[in-house]
Amino acid sequence: MGVVFLRARAVTLLGGRQIRLPLISFRTSRLTLYKPRTLIFVKFRVASQSVKMTESSASKLLNGEACQRALRAKNAGKNGFVKNHCVFEHPRKYRRPAEKNQNATSNSSLYKKPFSESFEETPLLVAVLTYMGYGILTIFGYFRDFLRHWNIEKCHIAHEREQQKDFVPLYQDFENFYTRNLYMRIRDNWNRPICSVPGAKVDLVERVTHNYNWTFEHTGKVVKDVINMGSYNYLGFAENTGACAGAAIETTHTYGVGVASTRCEIGNLDIHEELEQLVARFLGVESSMAFGMGFATNSMNIPALTGKGCLILSDELNHASLVLGARLSGSTIRVFKHNNMQSLEKLLRDAIAHGQPRTHRPWKKILIVVEGIYSMEGSIVRLPEVVALKKRYKAYLYLDEAHSIGALGPNGRGVVDYFGLDPKDVDIMMGTFTKSFGAAGGYIGGRKELIDYLRCHSHSALYATSMSPPVAQQIISSMKIIMGEDGSTLGADRLRQLSENTTYFRRKLREMGFIIYGNDDSPVVPLMLYMPAKIGAFGREMLKRNIGTVVVGFPATPIIESRARFCVSAAHTREMLDTALEAISEVGDLLQLKYSRRGRPLSSLGWSSEESLLQD
Amino acid sequence: MAAGQQWVLVEMVQAFYEAPAYHLILEGILILCIIRLLFFSKTYKPHETYKLTEKEKEDLIEEWQPEPLVPPVSKDHPSLNYDVVTGPPSHKIIINGKECTNFASFNFLGLLDSERVKEKALASLKKYGVGTCGPRGFYGTFDVHLELESRLANFMKTEEAIIYSYGFATIASAIPAYSKRGDIIFVDDAACFSIQKGLQASRSFIKYFKHNDMEDLERLLKEQELEDQKNPRKARVTRKFIVVEGLYINTADVCPLPELVRLKYKYKVRIFLEESMSFGVLGEHGKGVTEHFGVNIDDIDLISANMENAVASIGGFCCGRSFVIDHQRLSGQGYCFSASLPPMLAAAAIEALNIMEEDPEIFSVLKRRCRQVHQALQGIPGLKLVGVPFSPALHLQLERSSGCRSSDLQLLRSIVDHCLDRQVALTVARYLDKEERFLPPPSIRVVVTVEQTDEDIQKAVSCISEAASIFLR
Repeated sequence: MGVVFLRARAVTLLGGRQIRLPLISFRTSRLTLYKPRTLIFVKFRVASQSVKMTESSASKLLNGEACQRALRAKNAGKNGFVKNHCVFEHPRKYRRPAEKNQNATSNSSLYKKPFSESFEETPLLVAVLTYMGYGILTIFGYFRDFLRHWNIEKCHIAHEREQQKDFVPLYQDFENFYTRNLYMRIRDNWNRPICSVPGAKVDLVERVTHNYNWTFEHTGKVVKDVINMGSYNYLGFAENTGACAGAAIETTHTYGVGVASTRCEIGNLDIHEELEQLVARFLGVESSMAFGMGFATNSMNIPALTGKGCLILSDELNHASLVLGARLSGSTIRVFKHNNMQSLEKLLRDAIAHGQPRTHRPWKKILIVVEGIYSMEGSIVRLPEVVALKKRYKAYLYLDEAHSIGALGPNGRGVVDYFGLDPKDVDIMMGTFTKSFGAAGGYIGGRKELIDYLRCHSHSALYATSMSPPVAQQIISSMKIIMGEDGSTLGADRLRQLSENTTYFRRKLREMGFIIYGNDDSPVVPLMLYMPAKIGAFGREMLKRNIGTVVVGFPATPIIESRARFCVSAAHTREMLDTALEAISEVGDLLQLKYSRRGRPLSSLGWSSEESLLQD
Repeated sequence: MAAGQQWVLVEMVQAFYEAPAYHLILEGILILCIIRLLFFSKTYKPHETYKLTEKEKEDLIEEWQPEPLVPPVSKDHPSLNYDVVTGPPSHKIIINGKECTNFASFNFLGLLDSERVKEKALASLKKYGVGTCGPRGFYGTFDVHLELESRLANFMKTEEAIIYSYGFATIASAIPAYSKRGDIIFVDDAACFSIQKGLQASRSFIKYFKHNDMEDLERLLKEQELEDQKNPRKARVTRKFIVVEGLYINTADVCPLPELVRLKYKYKVRIFLEESMSFGVLGEHGKGVTEHFGVNIDDIDLISANMENAVASIGGFCCGRSFVIDHQRLSGQGYCFSASLPPMLAAAAIEALNIMEEDPEIFSVLKRRCRQVHQALQGIPGLKLVGVPFSPALHLQLERSSGCRSSDLQLLRSIVDHCLDRQVALTVARYLDKEERFLPPPSIRVVVTVEQTDEDIQKAVSCISEAASIFLR
């Protein structure tokens, strides 16, 4: 069930966004016209802040479940405006976890543009079949383990050394059950080796298996020109020619590739300082610091910021690195529902009111940890609301822009730019260089005091080797292009291209009847597959059609929500996207993936005119 | 069974009939009392009294003042202002505008500005670009990565190797991939910081033994054995590991590996060996501490090292038997969830391996230099040299500490500055004072590389003694 929010449209939509204005208005009206069954259309009037909910009459009988929920949401909306002290109204109860719609209540006045995000509900039949699928796989797994145990089936698993057989087993038997019996069946969909630039098209090393994925053999052939929908190459800076590569070559000549010391000792090169000044300027913050690995930026800096007696409020879908960092810090961790501001506010209020558990001492500080774009959901953080909460409750905000920096916002400056907020409202701006910049590493930006503190206390600054100079150079060059400091409009073109591609790709997939998660502006596009067998089938069928996609299942997603994920890039041309879309549609028909129960839009004149508008 | 149950039921009913009336009435009253106490009693309701009203909550929220996000840093914090290196950090290094001879970077084999390495890195850059734009699982595996992994496995003569994109994350991810809550890790108390982080992430039970003290370790192992005998069921699922470093970065000592292997089989504990300092340094072919001691590499369950020191690239690797290593491909957090190593850095590492394989002479040169430096740094008044003669990263500690860490550091820093002025680049070893489990004493790091000439060494030693005589009087 998805909900569309609409505020009176922002007057100031900058640059590349202007072109999308008519699209948005058109889309929303289309949703009310054609997709009333599973949608509640909420219209906010800004001035009075009053909520008017119109519920489609069509929802009454056709979809009882949705109807019930709509009513509940309606009640919640009413109750929420009974005077209470919360910034955001509270629905009386949290919705069932199965219902993945966070948008039932909102503070539209905080948004300058429509915030449209949807997570269509899993159809009941599909859910049941998916569970059955896992059930069957599990039963077969046990059966085959039994056969393996009695040496009826040949076992390919690596064994413990004879000399160490009497040691305590290194792995619990059940630990690898999933790997052995489920993952192994479809292992060929991951770790596909590539042998070219991970650009819009990529060359794959062909590999075959003669023992059902236990081992792979490289045939020596290359699968050429596979359309790459898997790499996080949002702005297309994964290149081996052009200005960035040229500068990196130059730097390799002068500096070499290694550093062999830490920042704090003797590995602080001038190029690192240059990079950090540029990053600070790019983000619009006072100061910044760069680190050699994105994952470690989170896991090695959060412990420097919080400790015992501090509280970390973490989104339930936060990346493993954030979770690890939080855990290493020794702080108390509480998890709020994904992008659910009511859940966050409730946690904040309770935390401050009750203090630390058992001792009831007040918390030293509270850190809210969120991501810009969630890489598995394709959702964008509700930053304006988070900032409002953070200010109201005097908490600190840690924003991980791993996927959103470069990929969002009229100037490519991430989710802060996208919402038109002030970077100073975010205490800790973190991001990676791996994705949009086509390099490696991560950064933290913020006030000077913060960065000064990190320079002396970050684990990374004192113990880890600094960033490789050519990598730093790649970031500098690509960032300058995005900022337009190279004197060209190349960066702006790429940003516009990405945003157009995203809109086009997402809209087309939705039209085809797939269930697509996430925000309409997010270049991460998850397409729901649900059933375990379809994970492997989808990946393979797409590769047959020369398209490389990422498929993910449990444990990266909830067990029934296996999905394929596409990452749209500015490097994709319209032809590539069309080829990919055609193939996706074909495979979708073949595997019956078009689950969406929202009415298909009529291919009316409006649509074709809109396309022509995009193609301009 | 059904018959038996029926019989009990019949008996119960019979007993009910046979019981005297007063008994039944009494029991009935008792039941009523219990129900009343449970459901209708108003005297004890703890939740009601503790619940805060919205108003009270609001007041508390208004009242609460958090600590600042970070405490202020004093302007003269020793780690605040980094020395700036202009140009490459190779043998000749320009620090804060002064050209010096490098005695501080871990560039043991001098491969940092090797033309061969650069050429290979450039060729790779021209083919693949810089970044990988994805983790290993999602189109981030390049053919170069596979080549590097098989080359490393061949080099180390193990079944398999796995590469990480960051040296620090290697052992820090490897330990928690195997050791979970409830498991036991025996670890040397001089272990480096990345090991400490790995231990912390594993949430296992950690037992520290005294640095390189095998008796202390055996004592702990024996204690554990007794414990295990008490509770054999728990012992059957409690994994036990010893985590040691080959060459300790904090003490420049080598671990007594043969003795550790003996204890391993005696007490059935697995050994994880961190070789960041010893890989590409110790042994005839630079294979590290196993080769140095002639220990069979299969006796070590997991070897991890980074490629940032001797190899002079970026990243790290783990190697060992497939049975052990393969597990990390799904469980090593730093492997699964991080972007893969830029291919040009992997290519540079491959070329460094080529150089190491082609010319094993380089390791004996390094060893000679290490001995030379170790010899020359003996007996500087006021300074104590710490480390074994074949270690390329030594520590100079104060013979007499003033008792105050910051003033000691200040003193060492002035020695380093004195040397910097005389074109010898040294550095004070930096630690996070509050985070280290056992904080090593303050020291100056002296790094030996194959590029240093006799004159370089002589000059450095005379600079250090001169500074010592000035500042340590």
